[in-house]
Amino acid sequence: MSSNVLTFLATFIASAVEAVEALTIVLAVGVVRGWRSTLIGVGVASLVLAMIVAALGPALQHIPIGTLRFVVGALLLAFGLQWLRKAILRASGYKPLHDEAEAFSREREQAGSAAVAGSARMDWYSFTVAFKGVLLEGLEVAFIVVSFGATQGRLGLAVAAAVAAGVLVVVAGLVVRGPLERVPENTLKFAVGVMLSSFGIFWGGEGAGVEWPGGDVAILGVVAFVGLVSFVLTRALRRRRLALQPAVVRG
Amino acid sequence: MSYLRSFGRFWWNFIVGDDWRVAAGLAGAFALTWLLEDNGVAAWWLLPLAVAALLAGSVWGEAGGSN
Repeated sequence: MSSNVLTFLATFIASAVEAVEALTIVLAVGVVRGWRSTLIGVGVASLVLAMIVAALGPALQHIPIGTLRFVVGALLLAFGLQWLRKAILRASGYKPLHDEAEAFSREREQAGSAAVAGSARMDWYSFTVAFKGVLLEGLEVAFIVVSFGATQGRLGLAVAAAVAAGVLVVVAGLVVRGPLERVPENTLKFAVGVMLSSFGIFWGGEGAGVEWPGGDVAILGVVAFVGLVSFVLTRALRRRRLALQPAVVRG
Repeated sequence: MSYLRSFGRFWWNFIVGDDWRVAAGLAGAFALTWLLEDNGVAAWWLLPLAVAALLAGSVWGEAGGSN
């Protein structure tokens, strides 16, 4: 009895941690770039995941998770740093705040009556980031379920714990989605850039053989470090821009 | 053919983006991290520091160019 409770709790907590990581990425991309392509990415990743789990089952333990972490982490870091770079330049006044929105409306104007097609067009960035985040975290949840469930001989119980954790995290995501959408656009892009870069450093590092001090908790330290560096850079660039502006403009 | 070109452009923009030096620096930092870890040296500190340096260099360079 108590071993069943322990198996359920261990699987539930470990799966919830992985689901929160996936949710962070999905929320970040969905709120900033739109939900359609992001949710398609989530759906396709879930489908691929289900097929992998159905095809491989317990053999999942032999997939080289280190290689997968490295590839996903490195790509997330490269992509996250691009967002962070632009967000810092916008926040410090070196790029217009709405240059992407302007570029988008310009493209739509040029496309003439293609407004409906524009809104229905696939955003491959959102799709790819959501797809990779959900697939990687989903695979990790599958490893956890197989590890805890198979070793204890309670696979059904472990699956139930993982499903419960997933449902709880999805509900939490639906609750926080509304408030997140009211945050100013560049502030959100700044935060998303910090999150994607931090997850990229963490997973990419693990894939390259790094053992983080403190284990998974180290992700919080990485987020704090990347956030602090970005904040300091924004402040320094803003001060530099103001110092270089002619006194007449400033007055 | 145009599909292949747009597919290639998507991945180039996704990985390299506006500043190829950041992507090249990341590749070097990952390689160095792997090399150090493979030789038994704890290198968890390398990637965060490399990211900080690459980000600072990139935004500072872009801001300098626009003045």
